[in-house]
Amino acid sequence: MENGMIFLGLPVAYYIAMIAKVLVVFVCVLLTVAYATWAERKLIGHMQVRIGPKRVGPFGLLQPIADGLKLFFKEEIVPAQASTFAFLLAPLIALIPAFIAFAVIPFGGTIEVGGYKLPLQIAGYIADQPSGKVIDLNVGVLYILALASLGVYGIVLAGWSSNSKYSLLGGLRASAQIVSYELAAGLAIVSVFLMSGSLSLQQIVADQAGGVANWYFIRQPFAFVAFIVYFICSLAEINRTPFDLPEAETELVSGFGTEYSSMKYAMFFMAEYANMITVCAVTVTLFLGGWHEPIPQVVSIGGWEFYLSWANFVIKVYFLIFVCMWIRATYPRYRYDQLMALGWKFFLPLTLLCVVGTGAVVYFFPNGFWGALFS
Amino acid sequence: MDSIFFYIVAATAVISGILVVGCKNPINSALSLIMTFFSLATLYVMLDAPFMAAIQVIVYAGAIMVLIVFVIMLLNIRIESGKRYMHTRVMGAILGAVVLIETLYVIMRPASQNLTGGKGPVDAAMVLNVGHTELIGRALFTDYLLPFEITSILLLVAIVGAVLLAKRKV
Repeated sequence: MENGMIFLGLPVAYYIAMIAKVLVVFVCVLLTVAYATWAERKLIGHMQVRIGPKRVGPFGLLQPIADGLKLFFKEEIVPAQASTFAFLLAPLIALIPAFIAFAVIPFGGTIEVGGYKLPLQIAGYIADQPSGKVIDLNVGVLYILALASLGVYGIVLAGWSSNSKYSLLGGLRASAQIVSYELAAGLAIVSVFLMSGSLSLQQIVADQAGGVANWYFIRQPFAFVAFIVYFICSLAEINRTPFDLPEAETELVSGFGTEYSSMKYAMFFMAEYANMITVCAVTVTLFLGGWHEPIPQVVSIGGWEFYLSWANFVIKVYFLIFVCMWIRATYPRYRYDQLMALGWKFFLPLTLLCVVGTGAVVYFFPNGFWGALFS
Repeated sequence: MDSIFFYIVAATAVISGILVVGCKNPINSALSLIMTFFSLATLYVMLDAPFMAAIQVIVYAGAIMVLIVFVIMLLNIRIESGKRYMHTRVMGAILGAVVLIETLYVIMRPASQNLTGGKGPVDAAMVLNVGHTELIGRALFTDYLLPFEITSILLLVAIVGAVLLAKRKV
């Protein structure tokens, strides 16, 4: 802090570190988006006793690049009766919230570059260098909820502006579905608030340090229910199978994306995968201990903490992404009335029960639930 | 730096506010309204109130406006009907004038009676030490518990009423 140039009250190193973190995270997420499409086709292929893509490059590894090039060189078509501005805006609104949610997710511990401590979180910084206390957005969870609630506009606008029956129906379905499941997902997170006593993602992760027993999903029974409900509701919120009714191709051609072509279609496609990665990262941060390792004593070897912290995070996120694909390969699509009934009549009361239950357990067992139960 | 940013955000808020009433297409009006809410949320962040900003985006931009857009889509209103009634304009002008006079009255008062000069029990140091979210929560669930509960009952009654009106067989 004492040496180095100061620009607008902060050292220049801070800005350089910030830009570097943004670039690294953005590139990693983009690559994961690209290769998630490949992994999904390959995985589902093998689960259905097919081979999946294998022509382009070894194991079909260049397939995402080939797909990207193909979509890029296709003709851009805007329907004659479409509302052009909203039609062009919609893919952007769908894509951007998925990416900027990563700003608050802590994807690793603290690293030291040239004697300057840096937290592995884009929106986090360390003002007090000797103590290394990370300051981040103190309403990080609400920021993620806010962005999740904005993603719906992309789909709604796409459905409305295309001026086509299929698109409109897809858009209507999507908005009703997302609004319904947003509620249950938000209430499921309340359990985490109750256990952590904070809305800051850094503190939520710090509170889960010290092995798998401290992770929120297993800390008490209601939290486990909240974890399952949150994950399922998030799948519904981002239109993944078995809740991908807005683009049910058997009924609606391609739903809200029917009229889109070329890069605009690719952007919706990317938004879907980016949303999936974001949801998995948020679930890991809130319930699965963030970047903490499952067994602290065994893996804390001197000098390796830096690699371990983000590797832990990446492994957990990739595992959840795998679970998403597994679910897609396993379950058939819901019917629309079943979906709505499930959301409002089952998940919403269940999350309310979780809120009350978690609160009661936190209040009556301040020193941990399982310890009090088995002593 | 702060004031330049403030003017940019304030200008965005005012321009999008004008577009809300100026647009012919109801969806564009709704989008402009979302823009206004966003600008307001940015202003809350600048006032060290990130919780208010997040709630502003979640509740207004994320929930209420989605419902409004949903209804516009469901009715599939393309362009607002051409007729513009005279009496709505007169009423609008009168209401606008009243709000303008009120605002000017508040701004023109001497600094000692100014709204921003008045000090409540919470100051900036408290917000930084205790935390903005904690302060709101504590006030809401201790001092203002009764109004808070009454508001929730009011909302519940509204929901029940809406269901009763919308559904023929209950």
